[in-house]
Amino acid sequence: MIYFEKVSKTYKNGDKVLDCVTFKIEPREFVSIVGHSGAGKTTLLKMLLAEDHPTEGFVFFGSSDVSKLKKDQKNKFRRKVGVIFQDFRLLPHKTAYENVSFAMEAAGRTEEEIESDVPHVLELVDLGDKMWNFPHELSGGEKQRLAIARAIVNQPDLLIADEPTGNLDPINTFEIVQILKKINELGTTVILTTHNKGVIDSVGKRVITMDKGRVTRDDKSGKFSL
Amino acid sequence: MFITNTKRIIKAALVNFWRNKTVSMSAVLVVSITLLVFGSLIFSNAALDSVLLQLKDKVDINVYFTVDAGEEDILELKKSLESFPEVESVEYVSREMALENFRKNHENDQTTLEALDELGDNPLGATLNVQANETDQYESIAKFLGENSSSSSIIDKVNYYQNKLVIDRLTKIISNTERVGFVVTLILIIISIIITFNTIRLAIYIAKEEISVMMLVGASNRYVRGPFVIEGVLYGIISSALALIIFLPVTFYLGSFTEKLLGVNVFEYYLTNFFHILLILLVSGVFLGVFSSYLAVRKYLKV
Repeated sequence: MIYFEKVSKTYKNGDKVLDCVTFKIEPREFVSIVGHSGAGKTTLLKMLLAEDHPTEGFVFFGSSDVSKLKKDQKNKFRRKVGVIFQDFRLLPHKTAYENVSFAMEAAGRTEEEIESDVPHVLELVDLGDKMWNFPHELSGGEKQRLAIARAIVNQPDLLIADEPTGNLDPINTFEIVQILKKINELGTTVILTTHNKGVIDSVGKRVITMDKGRVTRDDKSGKFSL
Repeated sequence: MFITNTKRIIKAALVNFWRNKTVSMSAVLVVSITLLVFGSLIFSNAALDSVLLQLKDKVDINVYFTVDAGEEDILELKKSLESFPEVESVEYVSREMALENFRKNHENDQTTLEALDELGDNPLGATLNVQANETDQYESIAKFLGENSSSSSIIDKVNYYQNKLVIDRLTKIISNTERVGFVVTLILIIISIIITFNTIRLAIYIAKEEISVMMLVGASNRYVRGPFVIEGVLYGIISSALALIIFLPVTFYLGSFTEKLLGVNVFEYYLTNFFHILLILLVSGVFLGVFSSYLAVRKYLKV
């Protein structure tokens, strides 16, 4: 489903952040990417989201070359991919309900679909009673669960989680990981980047280890090792 | 889909406007001040025009005819003067009227009147009072009168050459005032536009993160930009209404004062030109809001 083919990225100042990265992710896989800060994890995800382009090599999502998407194709493509971040990136002036419904509106869904799906997905991440709260009224764990609800409401083929537990305590971290595993079991491909050893060990699935822009290990059922 | 989207964009704009009250209010305030500047410029231009018009009206040249000039010749000259595009009006004062005016002006000067009676005959010639559209056109009119040989025999004198210095100076003052007024107006308008543009840009800069999140969720450019542009429209509408309301008591208060000083009552001017001013302020307010928002958001749509 996703192919990274000899992808390299060199910035104008000569920094090489990715060096000939090649790997493949099958549908319904749960892949964790680990590595030190600056190993190139976030750059990798940015290329998958068409936020950044490789200097060499290709990134394929299905049969389309992500870096060659035009503006409106890019928007459509992003609706097929859900993303969550360490800093949540919620819309601060919108309620929990509106944060989720905005993603559906952007995808051009009807009012009926929005009215039935939003409460349902908020219930799924256990935020049914905080639907009308604004992000600043939610705890860190709740914010991240809201971000997950927003990411999955359009039933994406792929969910990208960029250090989703970086700002959370162990209990919230555990909850988020359980939700991600559940989403994966329901059929969505999940890519997770993290520093957290406990997270990797509790997932117990494929682990790609990166260092200085290169893939150094790719274990089928990996443990955290740096 | 288009209608649904438009509805959603308008709703989002209204909700944003309400929830970001502080930001919205400061934007409205700045746009209002800009519109107040625009309005004041309209009023001061009206006042300036009225003052200059009064000055211009005071300037004319008089053509004095000899005592034995025939009335038909004078009226013919009047007709040919009136056919000039530069000439606004020509007033004919006959010998009899000139005498009457003279008597009226010297009502209390008994010796002069007695001297006049002693003469028995009317010593005064007829005159033509010529008023031009612009003060700098008197020279060519005077030249025409001097060169026209058929009339030069009946013309006693043209007082342009006596008044030349005053007329020239006045012409200079008027054209300079108009030029300075235009430049000042232009500078003030440019400053106001820059300030408004920067305030709205700042308001949207605050929403920079939000815009990038919207893009990441897959919203189209139009869908992200829409609410900001509609908010710009709102700034324009509210600000122009505010400015129009503020001008009511201000012009009312200044009305009689400006009438005495400048010959134009700004309150009356405001009321008679209300719809004209409303249109100018509304259009410029909405244009400023929309244009600034559009440009400001564009910068952040390139994710």
